[in-house]
Amino acid sequence: MNDPLIQYALHLADNALILGHRNSEWCGHGPVLEQDIAITNISLDLIGQARNFYQYAAKLINGSTNKPINNATEDSLAYLRDNREFKNCLLAEQSNGDWAKTTLRQFLFSSYQFYLYQELSNSRDEQLAAIAEKSLKEVTYHLRWSSEWVIRLGDGTEESHQRMMNAIDELWMYTGELFVATDYELVVAREGTGVDLSVIESKWKEKIKEVFSEATLPYPGKVFMQTGGKEGKHTEHLGYILAELQFMQRAYPNSEW
Amino acid sequence: MNFRSIKLYYGDIPEDQAGGKIISSDAKTDWPLWEIFIRSKQGLDHKHMGSLHAADAQMAIENARDVYTRRMEGVSIWVVESKYIHASNPDDADSMYEPAEDKVYRHPTFYDLPDEVKHM
Repeated sequence: MNDPLIQYALHLADNALILGHRNSEWCGHGPVLEQDIAITNISLDLIGQARNFYQYAAKLINGSTNKPINNATEDSLAYLRDNREFKNCLLAEQSNGDWAKTTLRQFLFSSYQFYLYQELSNSRDEQLAAIAEKSLKEVTYHLRWSSEWVIRLGDGTEESHQRMMNAIDELWMYTGELFVATDYELVVAREGTGVDLSVIESKWKEKIKEVFSEATLPYPGKVFMQTGGKEGKHTEHLGYILAELQFMQRAYPNSEW
Repeated sequence: MNFRSIKLYYGDIPEDQAGGKIISSDAKTDWPLWEIFIRSKQGLDHKHMGSLHAADAQMAIENARDVYTRRMEGVSIWVVESKYIHASNPDDADSMYEPAEDKVYRHPTFYDLPDEVKHM
Protein backbone atom coordinates (compact mmCIF):
# COMPACT_ATOMS: atom_id res chain seq x y z
CA MET A 1 0.00 0.00 0.00
CA ASN A 2 3.01 2.30 0.39
CA ASP A 3 3.95 2.10 -3.25
CA PRO A 4 3.79 5.72 -4.54
CA LEU A 5 1.93 4.63 -7.66
CA ILE A 6 -0.77 2.93 -5.56
CA GLN A 7 -1.09 5.98 -3.36
CA TYR A 8 -1.31 8.18 -6.42
CA ALA A 9 -4.05 6.05 -7.98
CA LEU A 10 -5.95 6.15 -4.69
CA HIS A 11 -5.50 9.92 -4.48
CA LEU A 12 -6.98 10.35 -7.96
CA ALA A 13 -9.80 7.94 -7.14
CA ASP A 14 -10.63 9.57 -3.81
CA ASN A 15 -10.79 13.02 -5.41
CA ALA A 16 -13.35 11.79 -7.88
CA LEU A 17 -15.37 9.73 -5.40
CA ILE A 18 -15.66 12.39 -2.73
CA LEU A 19 -16.54 15.23 -5.08
CA GLY A 20 -18.92 12.89 -6.90
CA HIS A 21 -20.57 12.01 -3.61
CA ARG A 22 -20.89 15.65 -2.65
CA ASN A 23 -22.58 16.45 -5.95
CA SER A 24 -24.88 13.45 -5.57
CA GLU A 25 -26.29 15.07 -2.43
CA TRP A 26 -28.03 17.52 -4.77
CA CYS A 27 -30.03 14.73 -6.38
CA GLY A 28 -33.66 15.69 -5.92
CA HIS A 29 -32.69 19.08 -4.43
CA GLY A 30 -31.42 20.90 -7.53
CA PRO A 31 -32.66 24.44 -8.10
CA VAL A 32 -34.56 23.38 -11.22
CA LEU A 33 -35.16 19.97 -12.74
CA GLU A 34 -32.74 20.55 -15.62
CA GLN A 35 -29.87 21.53 -13.31
CA ASP A 36 -30.69 18.72 -10.91
CA ILE A 37 -30.06 16.35 -13.80
CA ALA A 38 -26.93 18.24 -14.85
CA ILE A 39 -25.27 18.03 -11.45
CA THR A 40 -26.29 14.40 -11.07
CA ASN A 41 -24.76 13.59 -14.47
CA ILE A 42 -21.51 15.20 -13.33
CA SER A 43 -21.71 13.20 -10.15
CA LEU A 44 -22.06 9.97 -12.09
CA ASP A 45 -19.16 10.90 -14.37
CA LEU A 46 -16.94 11.45 -11.33
CA ILE A 47 -17.97 8.22 -9.63
CA GLY A 48 -17.25 6.42 -12.90
CA GLN A 49 -13.75 7.92 -12.93
CA ALA A 50 -13.30 6.88 -9.31
CA ARG A 51 -14.23 3.30 -10.21
CA ASN A 52 -11.59 3.18 -12.94
CA PHE A 53 -8.87 4.46 -10.62
CA TYR A 54 -9.96 2.16 -7.76
CA GLN A 55 -9.99 -0.88 -10.03
CA TYR A 56 -6.48 -0.05 -11.13
CA ALA A 57 -5.33 0.60 -7.55
CA ALA A 58 -6.82 -2.75 -6.48
CA LYS A 59 -4.96 -4.52 -9.25
CA LEU A 60 -1.69 -2.91 -8.18
CA ILE A 61 -2.31 -3.72 -4.51
CA ASN A 62 -3.14 -7.37 -5.22
CA GLY A 63 -0.03 -7.67 -7.37
CA SER A 64 2.28 -6.14 -4.79
CA THR A 65 4.62 -8.09 -2.54
CA ASN A 66 2.89 -7.23 0.74
CA LYS A 67 -0.63 -7.71 -0.53
CA PRO A 68 -3.47 -7.89 1.99
CA ILE A 69 -5.00 -11.22 3.07
CA ASN A 70 -8.29 -10.32 1.47
CA ASN A 71 -7.96 -9.16 -2.10
CA ALA A 72 -8.55 -5.45 -2.54
CA THR A 73 -11.45 -4.51 -4.79
CA GLU A 74 -12.88 -1.21 -5.97
CA ASP A 75 -15.59 -1.68 -3.33
CA SER A 76 -13.27 -2.45 -0.45
CA LEU A 77 -11.20 0.61 -1.30
CA ALA A 78 -14.22 2.89 -1.42
CA TYR A 79 -16.23 1.42 1.44
CA LEU A 80 -13.77 -0.01 3.92
CA ARG A 81 -10.98 2.51 4.27
CA ASP A 82 -10.98 4.93 7.17
CA ASN A 83 -10.90 8.69 7.19
CA ARG A 84 -7.12 8.92 7.53
CA GLU A 85 -6.56 6.62 4.57
CA PHE A 86 -8.46 8.86 2.15
CA LYS A 87 -6.18 11.03 0.05
CA ASN A 88 -8.59 13.43 -1.59
CA CYS A 89 -7.91 17.15 -1.66
CA LEU A 90 -9.75 19.16 1.00
CA LEU A 91 -11.56 21.12 -1.69
CA ALA A 92 -13.45 18.03 -2.84
CA GLU A 93 -14.99 17.35 0.57
CA GLN A 94 -16.21 20.88 1.33
CA SER A 95 -19.93 21.18 1.93
CA ASN A 96 -22.32 22.04 -0.88
CA GLY A 97 -23.58 25.29 0.64
CA ASP A 98 -25.73 27.10 -1.88
CA TRP A 99 -25.71 26.73 -5.66
CA ALA A 100 -22.94 29.34 -5.95
CA LYS A 101 -20.66 27.39 -3.63
CA THR A 102 -21.35 24.09 -5.37
CA THR A 103 -20.76 25.46 -8.87
CA LEU A 104 -17.65 27.37 -7.77
CA ARG A 105 -16.23 24.24 -6.12
CA GLN A 106 -16.91 22.36 -9.34
CA PHE A 107 -15.27 25.08 -11.41
CA LEU A 108 -12.14 25.23 -9.24
CA PHE A 109 -11.85 21.46 -9.25
CA SER A 110 -12.79 20.84 -12.87
CA SER A 111 -10.17 23.34 -14.03
CA TYR A 112 -7.64 21.43 -11.94
CA GLN A 113 -8.76 18.04 -13.24
CA PHE A 114 -8.79 19.37 -16.81
CA TYR A 115 -5.10 20.29 -16.84
CA LEU A 116 -4.18 17.33 -14.66
CA TYR A 117 -5.81 14.80 -16.99
CA GLN A 118 -4.37 16.56 -20.02
CA GLU A 119 -0.88 15.92 -18.63
CA LEU A 120 -1.75 12.51 -17.24
CA SER A 121 -2.91 11.29 -20.64
CA ASN A 122 0.81 11.40 -21.57
CA SER A 123 1.73 9.27 -18.57
CA ARG A 124 4.24 6.46 -19.02
CA ASP A 125 1.74 4.31 -17.13
CA GLU A 126 -0.60 3.14 -19.88
CA GLN A 127 -3.54 2.50 -17.60
CA LEU A 128 -3.43 5.94 -15.97
CA ALA A 129 -3.02 7.52 -19.39
CA ALA A 130 -6.05 5.66 -20.72
CA ILE A 131 -8.27 6.60 -17.78
CA ALA A 132 -7.15 10.23 -18.05
CA GLU A 133 -7.86 10.36 -21.74
CA LYS A 134 -11.35 8.95 -21.29
CA SER A 135 -12.13 11.19 -18.32
CA LEU A 136 -10.86 14.33 -20.01
CA LYS A 137 -13.88 14.40 -22.31
CA GLU A 138 -16.20 14.40 -19.33
CA VAL A 139 -14.20 16.99 -17.45
CA THR A 140 -14.16 19.28 -20.48
CA TYR A 141 -17.93 19.45 -20.19
CA HIS A 142 -17.86 19.89 -16.40
CA LEU A 143 -15.49 22.80 -16.85
CA ARG A 144 -17.71 24.41 -19.46
CA TRP A 145 -20.85 23.92 -17.37
CA SER A 146 -19.33 25.17 -14.12
CA SER A 147 -17.55 28.19 -15.63
CA GLU A 148 -20.81 29.31 -17.16
CA TRP A 149 -22.46 29.19 -13.75
CA VAL A 150 -19.63 31.15 -12.14
CA ILE A 151 -20.00 33.79 -14.85
CA ARG A 152 -23.79 33.75 -14.71
CA LEU A 153 -23.92 34.23 -10.95
CA GLY A 154 -20.85 36.46 -10.63
CA ASP A 155 -22.10 38.78 -13.35
CA GLY A 156 -25.75 38.38 -12.41
CA THR A 157 -27.78 40.17 -9.78
CA GLU A 158 -26.46 41.85 -6.68
CA GLU A 159 -27.48 38.83 -4.62
CA SER A 160 -25.98 36.22 -6.96
CA HIS A 161 -22.74 38.22 -7.09
CA GLN A 162 -22.65 38.36 -3.29
CA ARG A 163 -23.25 34.62 -3.05
CA MET A 164 -20.36 33.96 -5.43
CA MET A 165 -18.16 36.27 -3.36
CA ASN A 166 -19.10 34.35 -0.20
CA ALA A 167 -18.33 31.08 -1.97
CA ILE A 168 -14.86 32.34 -2.92
CA ASP A 169 -14.29 33.32 0.72
CA GLU A 170 -15.24 29.86 1.89
CA LEU A 171 -13.37 27.83 -0.74
CA TRP A 172 -10.28 29.74 -1.81
CA MET A 173 -8.23 28.60 1.20
CA TYR A 174 -8.50 25.02 -0.08
CA THR A 175 -7.10 25.71 -3.56
CA GLY A 176 -3.45 25.98 -2.52
CA GLU A 177 -3.31 22.31 -1.65
CA LEU A 178 -4.05 21.31 -5.24
CA PHE A 179 -0.52 22.29 -6.23
CA VAL A 180 1.48 21.28 -3.15
CA ALA A 181 2.94 17.94 -4.12
CA THR A 182 3.09 15.15 -1.57
CA ASP A 183 5.97 12.70 -1.47
CA TYR A 184 4.13 10.15 -3.58
CA GLU A 185 3.23 12.78 -6.17
CA LEU A 186 6.87 13.85 -6.40
CA VAL A 187 7.96 10.26 -7.01
CA VAL A 188 5.40 9.51 -9.71
CA ALA A 189 6.09 12.87 -11.37
CA ARG A 190 9.78 12.06 -11.46
CA GLU A 191 9.10 8.64 -12.91
CA GLY A 192 6.88 10.10 -15.61
CA THR A 193 3.82 8.18 -14.47
CA GLY A 194 2.27 11.11 -12.58
CA VAL A 195 1.93 14.82 -13.23
CA ASP A 196 4.31 17.59 -12.24
CA LEU A 197 1.90 19.94 -10.47
CA SER A 198 4.03 23.02 -11.07
CA VAL A 199 3.37 22.56 -14.79
CA ILE A 200 -0.39 22.84 -14.41
CA GLU A 201 -0.48 25.48 -11.67
CA SER A 202 0.09 28.44 -13.98
CA LYS A 203 -2.45 27.16 -16.50
CA TRP A 204 -5.00 26.74 -13.73
CA LYS A 205 -4.41 30.28 -12.45
CA GLU A 206 -4.78 31.69 -15.94
CA LYS A 207 -8.09 29.87 -16.39
CA ILE A 208 -9.45 31.05 -13.03
CA LYS A 209 -8.38 34.63 -13.76
CA GLU A 210 -10.01 34.56 -17.18
CA VAL A 211 -13.35 33.27 -15.88
CA PHE A 212 -13.37 35.42 -12.73
CA SER A 213 -12.68 38.49 -14.84
CA GLU A 214 -15.62 37.68 -17.11
CA ALA A 215 -17.71 37.05 -14.01
CA THR A 216 -16.70 40.46 -12.56
CA LEU A 217 -15.21 38.65 -9.57
CA PRO A 218 -11.88 39.80 -8.11
CA TYR A 219 -9.03 37.30 -8.17
CA PRO A 220 -8.35 36.66 -4.47
CA GLY A 221 -5.17 37.90 -2.84
CA LYS A 222 -2.83 35.76 -0.80
CA VAL A 223 -4.50 33.87 2.04
CA PHE A 224 -3.34 31.10 4.33
CA MET A 225 -3.84 27.83 2.49
CA GLN A 226 -5.14 24.71 4.23
CA THR A 227 -3.37 21.49 3.33
CA GLY A 228 -3.22 17.87 4.48
CA GLY A 229 -6.07 16.12 2.67
CA LYS A 230 -3.79 14.32 0.24
CA GLU A 231 -1.99 12.82 3.24
CA GLY A 232 -5.11 11.83 5.11
CA LYS A 233 -5.54 14.88 7.33
CA HIS A 234 -9.03 16.06 6.54
CA THR A 235 -11.53 18.69 7.57
CA GLU A 236 -14.38 17.51 9.78
CA HIS A 237 -16.58 17.08 6.71
CA LEU A 238 -15.02 13.87 5.43
CA GLY A 239 -16.06 11.83 8.46
CA TYR A 240 -19.71 12.67 7.83
CA ILE A 241 -19.39 11.85 4.15
CA LEU A 242 -17.86 8.46 4.91
CA ALA A 243 -20.44 7.75 7.60
CA GLU A 244 -23.15 8.01 4.97
CA LEU A 245 -21.16 6.47 2.13
CA GLN A 246 -19.87 3.47 4.06
CA PHE A 247 -22.75 2.77 6.43
CA MET A 248 -24.27 -0.12 4.46
CA GLN A 249 -21.02 -2.03 3.96
CA ARG A 250 -19.98 -1.48 7.56
CA ALA A 251 -23.34 -2.52 9.00
CA TYR A 252 -23.98 -5.39 6.59
CA PRO A 253 -20.57 -6.62 5.41
CA ASN A 254 -20.45 -8.04 1.89
CA SER A 255 -24.03 -7.03 1.16
CA GLU A 256 -24.75 -6.59 -2.55
CA TRP A 257 -27.53 -5.06 -4.57
CA MET B 1 -11.03 36.49 5.00
CA ASN B 2 -14.63 36.48 5.85
CA PHE B 3 -15.28 33.44 8.04
CA ARG B 4 -18.83 32.28 8.28
CA SER B 5 -19.92 29.63 10.70
CA ILE B 6 -22.51 27.87 8.57
CA LYS B 7 -22.06 24.13 8.81
CA LEU B 8 -23.92 21.96 6.36
CA TYR B 9 -22.70 18.44 6.61
CA TYR B 10 -24.35 16.21 4.09
CA GLY B 11 -27.58 15.25 2.45
CA ASP B 12 -30.41 17.63 2.99
CA ILE B 13 -29.63 21.26 2.62
CA PRO B 14 -31.96 23.35 4.80
CA GLU B 15 -34.30 25.08 2.39
CA ASP B 16 -33.64 28.52 3.85
CA GLN B 17 -29.92 28.13 3.29
CA ALA B 18 -29.91 26.26 0.06
CA GLY B 19 -30.33 29.20 -2.26
CA GLY B 20 -31.69 26.79 -4.80
CA LYS B 21 -35.22 27.41 -3.74
CA ILE B 22 -34.93 31.08 -4.53
CA ILE B 23 -33.68 30.36 -8.02
CA SER B 24 -36.41 27.78 -8.39
CA SER B 25 -39.35 29.98 -7.51
CA ASP B 26 -38.09 32.72 -9.79
CA ALA B 27 -37.20 30.26 -12.48
CA LYS B 28 -40.76 29.28 -13.10
CA THR B 29 -41.61 32.85 -13.99
CA ASP B 30 -38.27 34.16 -15.23
CA TRP B 31 -36.71 31.38 -17.25
CA PRO B 32 -38.44 30.98 -20.60
CA LEU B 33 -39.50 27.66 -22.02
CA TRP B 34 -37.55 26.13 -24.90
CA GLU B 35 -38.54 23.46 -27.40
CA ILE B 36 -35.82 20.89 -27.97
CA PHE B 37 -35.07 19.16 -31.28
CA ILE B 38 -32.49 16.42 -31.47
CA ARG B 39 -30.98 14.61 -34.40
CA SER B 40 -30.08 11.04 -33.64
CA LYS B 41 -27.14 9.15 -35.13
CA GLN B 42 -29.32 7.37 -37.65
CA GLY B 43 -31.78 10.16 -38.29
CA LEU B 44 -31.37 12.82 -40.90
CA ASP B 45 -33.80 15.26 -39.35
CA HIS B 46 -34.08 16.87 -35.95
CA LYS B 47 -37.05 15.50 -34.05
CA HIS B 48 -39.00 17.24 -31.33
CA MET B 49 -38.03 15.70 -27.98
CA GLY B 50 -39.85 17.91 -25.48
CA SER B 51 -39.35 21.20 -23.73
CA LEU B 52 -37.42 22.59 -20.78
CA HIS B 53 -36.67 25.82 -18.96
CA ALA B 54 -33.43 27.74 -19.42
CA ALA B 55 -32.19 31.29 -19.00
CA ASP B 56 -30.77 31.56 -22.51
CA ALA B 57 -30.03 29.55 -25.63
CA GLN B 58 -26.64 28.38 -24.40
CA MET B 59 -28.12 27.01 -21.19
CA ALA B 60 -30.99 25.49 -23.14
CA ILE B 61 -28.55 23.52 -25.29
CA GLU B 62 -26.66 22.30 -22.24
CA ASN B 63 -29.84 21.41 -20.39
CA ALA B 64 -31.02 19.54 -23.47
CA ARG B 65 -27.70 17.70 -23.57
CA ASP B 66 -28.16 16.69 -19.93
CA VAL B 67 -31.85 15.88 -20.10
CA TYR B 68 -32.29 14.34 -23.55
CA THR B 69 -28.96 12.88 -24.67
CA ARG B 70 -27.93 10.88 -21.60
CA ARG B 71 -28.46 7.59 -23.36
CA MET B 72 -26.60 8.46 -26.55
CA GLU B 73 -29.71 9.63 -28.31
CA GLY B 74 -28.25 12.54 -30.17
CA VAL B 75 -25.50 14.05 -32.25
CA SER B 76 -27.01 17.49 -32.79
CA ILE B 77 -29.30 19.78 -30.82
CA TRP B 78 -31.57 22.61 -31.89
CA VAL B 79 -33.36 24.80 -29.38
CA VAL B 80 -36.14 27.27 -30.10
CA GLU B 81 -37.79 29.48 -27.55
CA SER B 82 -41.33 28.19 -27.31
CA LYS B 83 -42.86 31.62 -27.79
CA TYR B 84 -41.56 31.66 -31.35
CA ILE B 85 -43.55 28.57 -32.28
CA HIS B 86 -46.84 29.46 -33.89
CA ALA B 87 -49.44 26.75 -33.75
CA SER B 88 -52.73 26.11 -35.50
CA ASN B 89 -55.82 26.42 -33.40
CA PRO B 90 -57.44 23.08 -32.43
CA ASP B 91 -60.85 24.75 -32.77
CA ASP B 92 -60.17 25.15 -36.47
CA ALA B 93 -59.70 21.42 -36.97
CA ASP B 94 -63.08 20.98 -38.71
CA SER B 95 -62.35 23.48 -41.40
CA MET B 96 -58.61 22.79 -41.60
CA TYR B 97 -58.39 19.02 -41.86
CA GLU B 98 -61.75 17.37 -42.37
CA PRO B 99 -62.25 18.61 -45.94
CA ALA B 100 -59.28 16.43 -46.92
CA GLU B 101 -60.97 13.28 -45.75
CA ASP B 102 -63.20 12.64 -48.78
CA LYS B 103 -60.63 13.63 -51.38
CA VAL B 104 -59.16 10.24 -52.07
CA TYR B 105 -58.06 11.36 -55.52
CA ARG B 106 -55.25 13.27 -53.83
CA HIS B 107 -53.54 9.96 -53.04
CA PRO B 108 -51.54 8.37 -55.84
CA THR B 109 -53.12 4.99 -55.06
CA PHE B 110 -56.40 6.37 -56.41
CA TYR B 111 -55.14 6.16 -59.95
CA ASP B 112 -54.91 3.00 -62.05
CA LEU B 113 -51.58 2.91 -63.76
CA PRO B 114 -51.24 1.40 -67.25
CA ASP B 115 -49.07 -1.73 -67.16
CA GLU B 116 -46.60 -0.03 -69.50
CA VAL B 117 -45.59 2.44 -66.81
CA LYS B 118 -42.72 1.01 -64.87
CA HIS B 119 -40.66 2.25 -61.97
CA MET B 120 -43.51 3.94 -60.10
